[in-house]
Amino acid sequence: MEQYLIYNSLSYPILTVIVAVPLVGSLITLFIRGDRYLKIWGLMVTLITAVLSLPLYSNFDLTTAKYQFAEFRDWIPFVNIDYVLGVDGISVLLVLLTTLVMPLCILCSWTYIKDRFKEFICVLLLMEAAMVGVFISLNTVLFFIFWEAMLVPMYLLIAVWGGPRRDYASIKFFLYTLIGSIFLFVAIIAMYVTTGTFFIPKLMAHQFSFSYQMWIFWAFTLAFAIKVPMWPFHTWLPAAHVEAPTAGSVILASILLKMGGYGFLRFCLPMAPAATFYCMPYLIAISIISIIFGGYLALGQSDVKRLIAYSSVSHMGFVTLGIFLLNTVGIKGAILQMVNHGITTGALFILVGMIYERTHSREISDNSALGMVMPIYVTFLVIFSLSSLAFPGTNSFVGEFLVLLASFSKYKIVGGFAVIGAILAAAYMLRLVQKMVWADSDGHMHHGDRSHLFDLNFREIATLGFLTVFVFWIGLNPEPFLKVMDTSTTHLLQQLESGRHVMPAGEHHALLNGVGESIKHVLALK
Amino acid sequence: MTLFLPELTLIFMALVFFFASLANLKETRLQALGLLFSAIAVLVSVSSYGMEGSLFFNAYRVDAFSQMFKVIITFGLFIVIYLGKGLYGIDNTLRPEYYLFMTLSAFGLMCMSSAVELITIILSLEIHSFALFIMIPFRKHGAYRKQMEAGIKYALFGAAASGISLYGMSYIFGMTHTTYLADLVKIIPGVIFDKPLMLIGLVMLLCGFFYKLALFPMHFWAPDVYEGAANETSGFVATLPKIGAVALLIRLISLAGADAGQFTWVLMVFAVLSMTFGNLSALVQNDIKRLLAYSSIAHAGYVMIGLLCATDFGYLSGIYYIAGYLLMNLACFYVIYNLAPKGENITFDDLGGLYKRSPLLALTLAVGAFGLAGIPPTIGFTGKLFLFTAAIKKDMYALVILAVINSGLGIFYYLKMVRAAYTGVDAQVSPLNLRLSTAVLGIFFIVIIILLGTFPQGFMDVAKEAVAAVI
Repeated sequence: MEQYLIYNSLSYPILTVIVAVPLVGSLITLFIRGDRYLKIWGLMVTLITAVLSLPLYSNFDLTTAKYQFAEFRDWIPFVNIDYVLGVDGISVLLVLLTTLVMPLCILCSWTYIKDRFKEFICVLLLMEAAMVGVFISLNTVLFFIFWEAMLVPMYLLIAVWGGPRRDYASIKFFLYTLIGSIFLFVAIIAMYVTTGTFFIPKLMAHQFSFSYQMWIFWAFTLAFAIKVPMWPFHTWLPAAHVEAPTAGSVILASILLKMGGYGFLRFCLPMAPAATFYCMPYLIAISIISIIFGGYLALGQSDVKRLIAYSSVSHMGFVTLGIFLLNTVGIKGAILQMVNHGITTGALFILVGMIYERTHSREISDNSALGMVMPIYVTFLVIFSLSSLAFPGTNSFVGEFLVLLASFSKYKIVGGFAVIGAILAAAYMLRLVQKMVWADSDGHMHHGDRSHLFDLNFREIATLGFLTVFVFWIGLNPEPFLKVMDTSTTHLLQQLESGRHVMPAGEHHALLNGVGESIKHVLALK
Repeated sequence: MTLFLPELTLIFMALVFFFASLANLKETRLQALGLLFSAIAVLVSVSSYGMEGSLFFNAYRVDAFSQMFKVIITFGLFIVIYLGKGLYGIDNTLRPEYYLFMTLSAFGLMCMSSAVELITIILSLEIHSFALFIMIPFRKHGAYRKQMEAGIKYALFGAAASGISLYGMSYIFGMTHTTYLADLVKIIPGVIFDKPLMLIGLVMLLCGFFYKLALFPMHFWAPDVYEGAANETSGFVATLPKIGAVALLIRLISLAGADAGQFTWVLMVFAVLSMTFGNLSALVQNDIKRLLAYSSIAHAGYVMIGLLCATDFGYLSGIYYIAGYLLMNLACFYVIYNLAPKGENITFDDLGGLYKRSPLLALTLAVGAFGLAGIPPTIGFTGKLFLFTAAIKKDMYALVILAVINSGLGIFYYLKMVRAAYTGVDAQVSPLNLRLSTAVLGIFFIVIIILLGTFPQGFMDVAKEAVAAVI
């Protein structure tokens, strides 16, 4: 075990604690009465979790690719399932993103949620426990348990507190994700039977045969592609986003989608390296389709939430593109892009929620020309919109730039296509900003009664202000974030290199072979 | 004598109810009696765990395996009696008899888990079935006297299944000249490959227990019986007989040895057809009990996956899964029972807005249904994990993939149930107040389904010891 893990040396078992605090908190919620106390309790629990998770960054050892802060305990010994947790450079930022975004989810629901507050806080805290669990599990079964356990609270968030079409959206979300993960489940068991372990680092070290790798690769890819979501599995996302309450949308955009990208990095690449190299052209092609397709659809939306949802498809396309370029810059860009997307899109959804509370509409036309009456609101809107279109100086610029850099250095034509996505992003975000802030405003207030459009209060400013800090911090000085992932990314690429040679001379999967070669041919512009 | 003590407890319990049927006791008293004696039966079974011995000319074996099943059966009986507080669906005058036959039926199941000789097996099967045949038509008011239809169907199918079993037995006896399982296990593995008659005999013998488990091709009775019988009776029929059936199936399947060739194939085909048929039919049901009936056919298929592996891990998983199924299914029946204070059947419309009427019932239903669907961290997930692991260990990838696709199918209708409970009507609904004792049971279901799913090690240790007694 010591070859993979560095045991936790802090005064408390940090990883268990950041799962257990929200979990226990959610149970205690059931015994609290009164909406006011419930809100405060929810905020307290998430804040405590956030504070307790901070040593993950401050005590992080940058020099090693081993899993840190690890904990190990026997759990179900007779099938070799252990309770083992740990983080490395790939997961640590995502864990912190989760713990830091959750208090904001409570804050943005402060007045948005009107009924069933007790259940709402309970579900939100359960969700936090499950999401953190996904990122820190080092055992495939544990990972799968958290992965699936997340579905139920998320389903409830949409089904109980959602918009008018919540029934349709929640069931679509549930079925899509679940059907993806049943193959993940078979792959997990199959790997156990082959290797005798559920322990992720050991599975990474094991060399599977090439055709075996192909099977598990596609089983994993299906699950993660649905979660990301990549085209053509993206259709659940707009539905779920539009109907979910603000907190649900924020969780969905900021954290849930990241699990797809995380899954690719943690499972597909290191466990099936030869298959990854083999299937790379397809995944790159799908990523590009996602980038352009998502951007193109976002252009035509009149519903703000739907627009941001499609922009997520496009942005997450950059993530998968970065991952499957299979070089350091691309993967680092992809991880950073995941964090950025969590910050920016989360903030945009919070902004939509705020305006929805005031006008009860998400249509752009109902929310136009706000600049005069809500100056603070539109300031934030412009900041995060610019960040979303990767304006230099903001966080997304760094991530997208790294991914573009990687693609131009590897396949120029891929870079060319990806740039189209970046341009589309500018087109739809600027159109949104133009309509919402200015529209046909001539500077006079003659748009009817706008007394309900009061500007942001302190709570709302604090929520957005916190995220704004990160927009510029990452945008102007990304080094503290990039250096965290350095060692782990290098290690991941080493794993890939050392594992790529089990591929035989292409007799397998002859059908795929031909298509893959021609895609490669097009990509390389030969 | 001490070896037979758990069975004797139930016989005594049946006698008590026999005399109670002569007196004029109130329902609460009757239930208290039932709870008391079934609790004693649980304690006796637990304390008899670890005993070993044979009775009745070696036809009746008491070992870790049988005693573990007896604990599960008596415990199930206790919960079924606890759950049926008030016996909403049963006519006042028939209540003592209802408990009497339920006890006798459970007694038959206990005998099944210990029987190691073919005639004894059939006898205990009949004791169990006959009591059930009488119990099923006990219903206060069913639409169009559906309870009668259910009773007739169950009896006719049961008789046919027993007939097929006996016919298969005659083949086996004819070829081996013994009815003792201990002798059969020495002969059958040698002949099953080159004597098709043995294969046919064995499969026919199993049919009687497929009937109890509601496994394809002996599943046709399930939907009508579940629908026609009273809610509390369905809860009993849906769970306990399956425990007994699994106990015997393990004993009988292990007769064929670990590598049984075509025998495994036959079971595999039954398992897959059972899952597929059950899940596809469940998708279109509107009556919740009918839906659960089809889902039970599907679950019989999953359990069969574990049993047909014929490895100790496979049997273990099967036992774990069926015990989990007992809990999850009873959780669903608990909700149905409490939603229908007049003993009527429940449809999706009745579930609407349940989370507003009674959050506890809605949560219990959610945990039960998500458990049946196999979503972590419930017992259903862990069970499926074990079952599929057992099957992949035997290289049965195709079977596992079919099963996994099937569990995907299953999620549609389980989710439909939860969805109905958590969304639905916007109109004002009357709140449903549960008694404290009822609420306790709901919380018990939620906790145990999650706890046993998260920490299966303890159960598996016991089950492992038990299975070691068979193989």
